[in-house]
Amino acid sequence: MKGQTLTRLKESASQTAGPYVHIGLTPNFCGITGVYPEDLGIRMVNEKTKGERITVKLRLIDGTGSVTKDALIEIWQADADGLYNSPDEPRGKADPNFTGWGRQPSDPETGVFTFETVKPGRVPFMDGRMQAPHISLWIAARGINIGLQSRLYFGDEEQANAEDPVLSRLEHPSRAATLIAQRDGNTYSLDIHLQGEKETVFFDV
Amino acid sequence: MKNARPTRGGFFQRDRTWHPPAFAPGYRSTVVRSPQRAPLSFGNTLSEITGPVFGHSMLGELDNDLILNYAKPGESAIGPRIVVYGQVLDENARPVPNVLLEFWQANAGGRYRHKKDGYLAPLDPNFGGCGRTITDEDGHYSFRTVMPGAYPWPNGINDWRPAHIHFAVFGHGFVQRLITQMYFEGDPMIAKCPIVRTIPDERAIQSLIAALDMEATIPMDARAYKFDIVLRGRRSTLFENKLEGN
Repeated sequence: MKGQTLTRLKESASQTAGPYVHIGLTPNFCGITGVYPEDLGIRMVNEKTKGERITVKLRLIDGTGSVTKDALIEIWQADADGLYNSPDEPRGKADPNFTGWGRQPSDPETGVFTFETVKPGRVPFMDGRMQAPHISLWIAARGINIGLQSRLYFGDEEQANAEDPVLSRLEHPSRAATLIAQRDGNTYSLDIHLQGEKETVFFDV
Repeated sequence: MKNARPTRGGFFQRDRTWHPPAFAPGYRSTVVRSPQRAPLSFGNTLSEITGPVFGHSMLGELDNDLILNYAKPGESAIGPRIVVYGQVLDENARPVPNVLLEFWQANAGGRYRHKKDGYLAPLDPNFGGCGRTITDEDGHYSFRTVMPGAYPWPNGINDWRPAHIHFAVFGHGFVQRLITQMYFEGDPMIAKCPIVRTIPDERAIQSLIAALDMEATIPMDARAYKFDIVLRGRRSTLFENKLEGN
């Protein structure tokens, strides 16, 4: 005898963003002008944004060691006080002059993704322990069948990183280094490796 | 205990056997771009549950009209005129409002307006190939475009993409972010496509094929295709053990 069934649907299957992802997501960048006033997500801060201004530079490197030139990266982060600019943020109102969300193509020559942002404050883990400051990453490109999730942590937050509940879940603690951007002046740089010895820790969350 | 509406929790675990695997050598570009190590999992924190939200006020009048949004005044894109409409739901079958949908596609000849696309088919001077819209309070959306053409691509020596429209979808949480492609009912090229075939489950492929809807057709103007999209569902925290400091 068959009983009740659950009314659940399956998530739509992912498909690659393909080589022309920039037509859809950063059309002005690839010369399709006049449709949108500017590409969405290219500016995260304005002159009133609170917090320490930083530049985040990323590169995406494939399994042959080549720097990719056709990918797209989105980032999502808390403001300088650790609050997300989202209706689902229960702890207070985030800085209205900070979007928290950025989207960039890479430089066509160098493959560097550049985000002008602020250093995020700390956000609690499920059990209330504080996480180290971090930026969530989402990567889409030709050859990537489902958007890759990861995080960026900050190299000058050694103490916070050491007690971070996510980093401390790593089976091989040495792989934490793949998520930690190194600071030079106000710039944090991180290479994201899709494969190989230095393969970045990607998330299934 | 208060009998209040449950607060919203983390997202359902993604069914990785339903989505295409990272390494799918029939689609050759995945070979050097697929992570090989086990991913890290942990319960959703606010970093995963929250996400950017976009208001309808950001939309321009022609953002959801690819026939006109790149065309010179008085002109329009070439190709079979279609309307694409549907609903964005979550895995609990609940409509998802205020979802930003961005779409892009080749023109009617199968050519993209992109410097890296060297296909023989000509560009259409009145077609850019991008559009966007935001779902209404019931999760519905629609846009107007031309039917994209099929085109050959460098993979095997004779691989073709079926006609398709790319969709990028924002849910309410950053980990609901999804990119997929919509195919067209009845297209014999779907089953031959190496990118479609990265999806292991036939039912998952079927859910990406839009249905021709003659009842939604605009007579003497445009055919209509219905394409619903499902995003990850969210847990209701029915009985939550509140931990100190949470």
